[in-house]
Amino acid sequence: MASSKTLGESLRQHGVSRRGFLKFCAATASMMALPPSMAPAIAQALEQARRPSVIWLSFQECTGCTESLTRSSSPTLENLIFDVISLDYHHTLQAAAGDAAEHAREQAMELNAGEYLVVVDGSLPGPNANPGYSTIAGISNYEMLMDTIEGAAAVVAVGTCATFGGLPKADPNPTGAVSVQDLVKDKPVINVSGCPPVPMVLTGVLAQFLTFGTLPELDEYGRPRAFFGQSIHDRCYRRPFYDKGKFAEAFDDEGAKAGWCLYRLGCKGPMTYNACATMKWNGGTSWPIEAGYPCLGCSEPEFWDAGGFYKPLSVPTGSPGDVLVTAGAVGAAVGVGAGLMSRQQNKHAVKHHDKVTADQLEETL
Amino acid sequence: MTSMDFLLFIKGPMFSIAVAIFALGILVRLFEILALGRAHNYAAARGNEIIPGLKTIYRRFNPDPGTFKRSTFDVLVGTLWHVGFVVVLLLFIPHIELIQSTIGIGWPGLPNPVVDAVTAITLLGLVAVLIHRFRQPVKRFLSTREDYLIWLVTFLPVLTGYLAYHRLINPYPLALGLHILSAEVFLIVLPFTKLSHIFTAFVARYYNGAIFGRKGIQS
Repeated sequence: MASSKTLGESLRQHGVSRRGFLKFCAATASMMALPPSMAPAIAQALEQARRPSVIWLSFQECTGCTESLTRSSSPTLENLIFDVISLDYHHTLQAAAGDAAEHAREQAMELNAGEYLVVVDGSLPGPNANPGYSTIAGISNYEMLMDTIEGAAAVVAVGTCATFGGLPKADPNPTGAVSVQDLVKDKPVINVSGCPPVPMVLTGVLAQFLTFGTLPELDEYGRPRAFFGQSIHDRCYRRPFYDKGKFAEAFDDEGAKAGWCLYRLGCKGPMTYNACATMKWNGGTSWPIEAGYPCLGCSEPEFWDAGGFYKPLSVPTGSPGDVLVTAGAVGAAVGVGAGLMSRQQNKHAVKHHDKVTADQLEETL
Repeated sequence: MTSMDFLLFIKGPMFSIAVAIFALGILVRLFEILALGRAHNYAAARGNEIIPGLKTIYRRFNPDPGTFKRSTFDVLVGTLWHVGFVVVLLLFIPHIELIQSTIGIGWPGLPNPVVDAVTAITLLGLVAVLIHRFRQPVKRFLSTREDYLIWLVTFLPVLTGYLAYHRLINPYPLALGLHILSAEVFLIVLPFTKLSHIFTAFVARYYNGAIFGRKGIQS
């Protein structure tokens, strides 16, 4: 339940120094593209914030998002922020099970009506799909989502499944999966996409909500612009190789060893908007492209169906080669037919050509 | 429709539709021309047809001195943007990847900055020829709507490609989608307009050279 303890008190209890906390606030300010002078304001607001109640709903998902957000090699401030939100319902992390778990959710909704945040990971079978594909405590995902968001202040969709449908929605979408934003129309929805998303992005959104009581500025997909405003390509440290036209052509060739651009190996960086290139993963250790692996474009809609992971961005998704051969063969046949027909007509015209004498012509005048 | 939906439609079904119309249209035209053949020549041949025919395909790239003197601008700028267009089309690495995935044949490309510079020159060349067409009374008189249409259809893929490469349209999926769409319009329009000269010019040059070759004279 939302505790009466402020975030500042709670952090001190966890042994976070004032200095460490201010550093976190400054980093958060820069992350949210705010001027550094905002850091003390963030610190002050966070210090005094009450622990907000968060109800975390997990639907058709793989728990990868939770793993990403909670498992870091060393405790970080993000983790502590997690410790100090009141996570009242979360399948993976809560101790309660069965009726007690559902009761915790209902109680949190009742006590914090109008104020709690709903975090969703995973897609869910749409209202017209068979609800039996995913249920919790006998309640369909659709029913649980619509019921829970009723008294929510805002909904945060975490991961590409919740934001865009993700893997469950990939062709042929057997479960009729839809995303949160397809269903939630009357509450603010913040999309934190990625498979999994960068942990700091969720922390940033929560920090902003706690600091200003507002939600971040969003892009065309409802993602916080501060984190999804720039493409991987624009922030990639391998970009100079792209600009020079130096490409790795195999995972073990000289170009790959020299750290050249991975475009030809299928990198989707140019069309992908995310913070991986700047924030990196595992406490800033590395990120996929630094590890020599092309960006899959996991924070973009339909990324499972947007062409092969190892096919360059310019390669079409259909099979135009087969189309070319088939259409070409038909075209050639029709062309030969048309040509031969014209020849026949020509021959016929020559054969039946009426000869006219000069006298006959004169008669016609 | 989001920009990603747009890109996936343009990269997927729409590309196949464009390729189908292009292949069907251009092969109907070419095979019709070839199947028609030429009227039988009863005169005794004085020379070979094939070698002079092939030679003429190449030789027509060089303008004769008279043409060059009369239309210096057309020859120079025309050659410049034609070469630029072909270089950009066939030697940009993402284009080579596309061609390789479609027909299975690839070749080495040029570094991106070189292609970028050639694209800029091609764009300037295309703008220059349009201005020239407007300013020359004879050219303007001879120009039809089709001429302006094919200028636009040729200009747009180069322009959108330049904008997409420099990421001047946001978000990028929209920029790339617009570029591929403009290339698809080019492919669809090609067989039914003067753009088919990309293929028929070589047939015409060959016949021309072959006729002269048979008569034993240089073309």
